[in-house]
Amino acid sequence: MSELQQEPTAVQGEGRYVLGDPIGDTRAPDSPIADRWSDRKFSARLVNPANRRKMSVIVVGTGLAGAAAAATLGEAGYNVKSFCYQDSPRRAHSIAAQGGINAAKNYRYDGDSIHRLFYDTVKGGDFRSRESNVHRLAEVSLNIIDQCVAQGVPFAREYSGLLDTRSFGGTQVSRTFYARGQTGQQLLLGAYQALERQVHAGTVEVHPRTEMLDLIVVDGKARGIVTRNLFTGQLDTHLADVVILCSGGYGNVYYLSTNAKGSNVTAAWRAHKRGALFANPCYTQIHPTCIPVSGEYQSKLTLMSESLRNDGRVWVPKECGDDRDPNDIPEDERDYYLERQYPAFGNLVPRDIASRAAKNMCDAEHGVGPSGLGVYLDFKDAIERLGRSAVEAKYGNLFEMYERITGDDPYETPMRIYPAIHYTMGGLWVDYDLRSTIPGLFVGGEANFSDHGANRLGASALMQGLSDGYFVLPTTVADYLADAPFDEVPQDHPAVQEAVDATRARIDKLLSANGHRTVDSFHRELGQLVWDQCGMARSKEGLEKALDRIPSLREEFWRDVKIVGTGDGFNQSLEKAGRVADFMELAELMCIDALHREESCGGHFRVESQTEDGEAQRDDENFSYVAAWEYAGDNQRPVLHKEDLEFSYVHPTQRSYK
Amino acid sequence: MKLTLRIWRQASPEAKGKMQSYVLDDVEPDMSFLEMLDVLNEKLVIDGKDPVSFDHDCREGICGSCGMVINGNAHGPQQYTTTCQLHMRHFDDGDTIDIEPWRARAFPVVKDLVVDRSAFDEIIKSGGYISVNTGSAPEAHAIPVDKVSADDAFDAATCIGCGACVAACPNGSSMLFTAAKVTHLGLLPQGQPERQTRAINMLAKQDELDFGGCTNVGACHEVCPKGIPLASIAQLNHDVLGATLTGARSD
Repeated sequence: MSELQQEPTAVQGEGRYVLGDPIGDTRAPDSPIADRWSDRKFSARLVNPANRRKMSVIVVGTGLAGAAAAATLGEAGYNVKSFCYQDSPRRAHSIAAQGGINAAKNYRYDGDSIHRLFYDTVKGGDFRSRESNVHRLAEVSLNIIDQCVAQGVPFAREYSGLLDTRSFGGTQVSRTFYARGQTGQQLLLGAYQALERQVHAGTVEVHPRTEMLDLIVVDGKARGIVTRNLFTGQLDTHLADVVILCSGGYGNVYYLSTNAKGSNVTAAWRAHKRGALFANPCYTQIHPTCIPVSGEYQSKLTLMSESLRNDGRVWVPKECGDDRDPNDIPEDERDYYLERQYPAFGNLVPRDIASRAAKNMCDAEHGVGPSGLGVYLDFKDAIERLGRSAVEAKYGNLFEMYERITGDDPYETPMRIYPAIHYTMGGLWVDYDLRSTIPGLFVGGEANFSDHGANRLGASALMQGLSDGYFVLPTTVADYLADAPFDEVPQDHPAVQEAVDATRARIDKLLSANGHRTVDSFHRELGQLVWDQCGMARSKEGLEKALDRIPSLREEFWRDVKIVGTGDGFNQSLEKAGRVADFMELAELMCIDALHREESCGGHFRVESQTEDGEAQRDDENFSYVAAWEYAGDNQRPVLHKEDLEFSYVHPTQRSYK
Repeated sequence: MKLTLRIWRQASPEAKGKMQSYVLDDVEPDMSFLEMLDVLNEKLVIDGKDPVSFDHDCREGICGSCGMVINGNAHGPQQYTTTCQLHMRHFDDGDTIDIEPWRARAFPVVKDLVVDRSAFDEIIKSGGYISVNTGSAPEAHAIPVDKVSADDAFDAATCIGCGACVAACPNGSSMLFTAAKVTHLGLLPQGQPERQTRAINMLAKQDELDFGGCTNVGACHEVCPKGIPLASIAQLNHDVLGATLTGARSD
């Protein structure tokens, strides 16, 4: 696939990348869409139970996808090694998901079906996802709920004892199952417990506080990983017949995001540099209701649930720079801009639209709060209409959280909110079987690009993680392992040694710079740059600017970063530095991807591609494809491989929420 | 505001630790406690000194990574609040703040404020689950669960595994942690078949590790950022007693 065919034909970004072969085969069966997953399961080869214990599997990451995959493969009898950088697998960032998990159970009898969930997800992704994968996700959603209930996940229930559901953005049915505001936590603990059960059974070995720093590829196949023990600093190699990455998304490239501080792209990026294609890196999701930045020292952003927009009204002062107390601003001097611009959906427009509208208001200097980067989310009318106790029953815990962080009481004064990076739809390219372009390397969960297109619907991330982990990977990995066990790789194999040496050299280089700036100061600068130029709105000019700056920033980083201490032992600055180094490289690819995609779709808004009234304008004729990027070497232009998207079941339309 | 921090510094598990003082004079009230430590660490790095190690990850009170004893209280002065969600507006200009790691034999110090809590994973491993293989689950609505039990199970299930309960307990006991899981699973119909063996296996594992015994002091509940009910411990004792009476065997 590395054959370079022709120079890029696109005008923008010309010279920044090279066009390679298109991707022809995604391994999806050719049958009618509703039969594809059944057909694939039947055609997948099986492994004799007695042979499974001779085969070894590495799973990196213990979030929903990773823990579920490791547990299920352990149950099947494979030898599984599971890795996470946290001190326990239970702390992976899936734990922070609040809202819920979608499933087409149709318990409400409100017209839901597998096909409708499929349809909503393809449409919500702004027609940039692969129909086959999304349909499978919708099918498997039913099994996920069954599995989690059987594990003891305490979902919310009605007095009948049956499961409760609620509605989420982008749908007209009530299909979101939830466990108060902690659905991610409860689902992850279910998967974690299943994992610990397999540890007890002796099929899974968990390696916490162990970070994957490189992928070992032997004779074209993924055969292991290089890890660093974060306690002792020791570098180790782990070899196996197959490697599965479920290492999460890359939202922390922006420095400030709703991701955990440790969330990083390193595992995925190392795999990319070893030959795995990276797809649609510019597709990032910005959540409209987060608590605004309060100062230079800000270290992360906290999400306030989307559900608040059911009763809260979003507004800004009509007059620019009006810094009066919000309660002193009379009704006729307030601009309820979402209700004004989108009368049909009002405050409940989808995430990308609400985010962009807030940005536009702040750009026009109507923003509120000390930084001017905030808008009000006001519950005054809801409190008057429903009474304080009703509002408290619905949102009490969120109001408390807001007050804990900001010190303001939302019952008395409107909340201030601003958009923040929340999820990344892009990731390592995978086929229908979740195989990357390196044989033996599978990718699940947020780390892959597969199911959400250019925009993810609320409550679909948990669904995808568990679908990949419990149901898809165990089937497709078994099919791959039908050819295993493969030739044993000796520890002193040149490819193993090369990976270890490269890892050690990188660590030594980071430690030896001994410059003047901290890792965080570089990360902040990178994050601000990517946020400004490749955040809520992207332009050719801005992206070019970022692409001119990133390489010099990267060079400065390697020359001037200061890390105290050594690599032999617990060193959190060193851990961070390795991750930031990879973000520095990823950021460039994101900007190239954003620059080459001269259309607006989902979370990717190109200012040059908008309708007359300022809405995102897709260009299906030229951009209805997955952009899968190949790493061509340091300081080489990346190679673009296009996977054309075909829509046989859901016809692309322009979204409108007016 | 200006603060004096007295922080436990310990280079390695074997090294002898001590409290060390630092003065920070530009602390903003809107900073979180961990952001205040970030500021200190940035200064230390620039001065070529080893920054203070501390565990943290989600910084929104749910992953359970963070935890320090602040002025003698696990997670600090504010109730139902993890260290990461504690903000500096709860302190005053000129304050001296003592910051120490969890102190418990079962949680050895790794470095500075970082402790090894893998004993918690050991307890879960010994039985904190329902044994159901992927794919073998019945239809989710096949077994209704009454709302009260479901809600109570949820309350117990919100434990984040931070370890504050152990740090606050004068005996260094993990009883509240173990009880929370036993209660969560034991209240649900799906958890019944293994209810008694789960309770005795998890309790036996807890005793085998370096945790102390429970003497019903209740400090665990007071510091628990999720407010896990103390009644969970009664539930655990109830299930263990039941197991003893029926002769349920541990494995």
